[in-house]
Parts: sequence; structure tokens; C-alpha cells
Amino acid sequence: MDYIRLLEEEQLKSDIPAFRAGDTVRVAVKIREGNRERVQNFEGVVIGIKGAGLSKTFIVRRVSYGVGVERIFLMNSPRLESIQVVRRGKVRRAKLYYLRKLRGKAARIKERR
Amino acid sequence: MKGIIGIKLGMTQVFDDEGLAVPVTVVLAEPNRVVRRRTVAKEGYDAVQLGVGAVRPHKVAQPQRKDFEQMGVEPVRYLREFRMPGALDLEPGTLHKVEEAFAAGDIVDVIGTSKGKGFAGVIKRWGFHRGPTTHGSKYHRRVGSLGARTSGGGGRVHPGRKLPGRMGHKRVTTLRLRIERVDADRNLLLIHGAVPGPKGSLVMVRDSVRNRKGAV
Repeated sequence: MDYIRLLEEEQLKSDIPAFRAGDTVRVAVKIREGNRERVQNFEGVVIGIKGAGLSKTFIVRRVSYGVGVERIFLMNSPRLESIQVVRRGKVRRAKLYYLRKLRGKAARIKERR
Repeated sequence: MKGIIGIKLGMTQVFDDEGLAVPVTVVLAEPNRVVRRRTVAKEGYDAVQLGVGAVRPHKVAQPQRKDFEQMGVEPVRYLREFRMPGALDLEPGTLHKVEEAFAAGDIVDVIGTSKGKGFAGVIKRWGFHRGPTTHGSKYHRRVGSLGARTSGGGGRVHPGRKLPGRMGHKRVTTLRLRIERVDADRNLLLIHGAVPGPKGSLVMVRDSVRNRKGAV
């Protein structure tokens, strides 16, 4: 019996919405402050999804006060309370690292319908 | 002191109470057969001999077979001895389970046989520096000087000189690892971090001899 696979499958979440690179998502992250816990939203463009199974991660990029901020999230982390797809984007590649070099209008992504 | 024999299954990650991903090694520790006790009175030290794995009786060598018979214990494939001071009373013939041995949060040492690396050069084996790869250099990954020609015991290679040779496949003890989780139903131990040896190899898990607070 493959116990490792079992252990991993037990920890997978079932409520992850389907999204892909180019989509804009709102991620609700649980944050600990001292011994208080609160939820913080992080909204931005998914610029890549990496890995598979339990160790699958995705990168969300947003520009905040002119500064690019990227966060890498573990897809199946219990710290992620929810992932909401805000907008679907139409892109032609799997990793959107080129967005890092673009500002303003050039960094827009067409909506997928 | 507590201990158990297990099989290293491999590594994965689990989420702890805080929701943080923790790297763990999964060790399958099926109930161990208690084979015998050694006591200060008789052998001069306290220990318990544990065994795992089924064997067909005819596969057990004659001397061992007699041994098992005398102890009145079912033969096992692998035997390992754990030194432990007095207290722990494990009756020969009984089974020793994971959950009896360890609980989450315990600090343990894991003893295994490291992965064999074959005949390894001096850079891989001893961490020597390599020479330049280009610019006319012909000195890439060689051994280099073995010592002085003259003065103070020169003219010969001193014993213990670090040279190429067989690397790995040695008994290795990793000290102070934390038990992340004990899965009693499936006889699994989830140990924080890496453990010596390839997947499928036998490992001994025991209470750490260096148990101090704050170990990871």
C-alpha cells in the first residue's frame, strides 16, 4: 500500500475552484497576530501554477502603491480560507513572468468569455 | 528510553496545527516482536531486543532458530537491540506497537544505513576543493598532495589520509528529530525532516540521547 500517497490525498482540498494563469483571484489568507487570527484578502493576477498534488503552488501578483507584490501560495494549505475567481483572463502562456516588466496599460490582460 | 524498528517509506509534507507545511519522513513501524531483555544483572547492561518481519521457519539459521525456541518467541526477519535503562518492561514474546513507543512531539534519534555512493572521489567524499576547469588546467578533481617529502614524519603517507574510496552505506544516526504525528491505525511515524537511508530501508527510532528543549 502506498501510504505516502494516501497521506497526501487525505490532505488535498476538494473545494478549490478551477483557475489558470491570467485569471484574477481573491485569496483569503488566515493570518496570526499574536494569538488572534484574522483573514486577509490578497487579490491579483495568477502568473503561474507549479507542481502537482499536495505541493502544488500558485503565484499571485498585484501592484500595490506602485510596487509589485507577488505571493506564492500552497494550493492545499489550510491557511487559505477561500480562493475566489474574480475575472478570467485570456493569455497564451502558462507562466506570465513577462508581466513583471510591464506597467500600467501594458500589463492588462484581456478577459476570457 | 523507548525504541522501535521501522521501514523508511519516503518523504512528504503535512500541515501542522498552524496550517504550516512541515517536511516529514514517513516510517512504517509495524508492531515489533519483543525478543529478549538484557539486564544489568545478567549481561551487565539494560537493553531490549526487538524484531520485525515474518520469516519462513526454514529460512532461519539453525543457531538463531534455537535461540528463538529458547526464548519461546516467534522467529523474525530482522533483530535490533535498543539500550535502555531499567524501567521499560517489555515481556518477550509480546508485540510492541508504535503508539506505545512514541507520541507526537517526542524528540528522537533515527539510526539507518546511508545511501551507498559507490567509489567516490575526494571532492564528493571529503569536501575537498576542485581545481580550475579551464585556462590550461589539467588539475580538475584530483587528490593532490599526500604530504611532505621531508621534515617531521614526512616521506610517507600518514594513516587516516583522506583519499577516494567507498562512500555511504554506513550506519548513520540523525540526532534530535521531532515526531510530528503517530498514526496508530496504520502503524506510521511521521518524523520531522530527513532520515538516513534509501526508501524501503530499515531504521531504528529511539528516544533521543540528546534531548534538549527546542529541538526540531
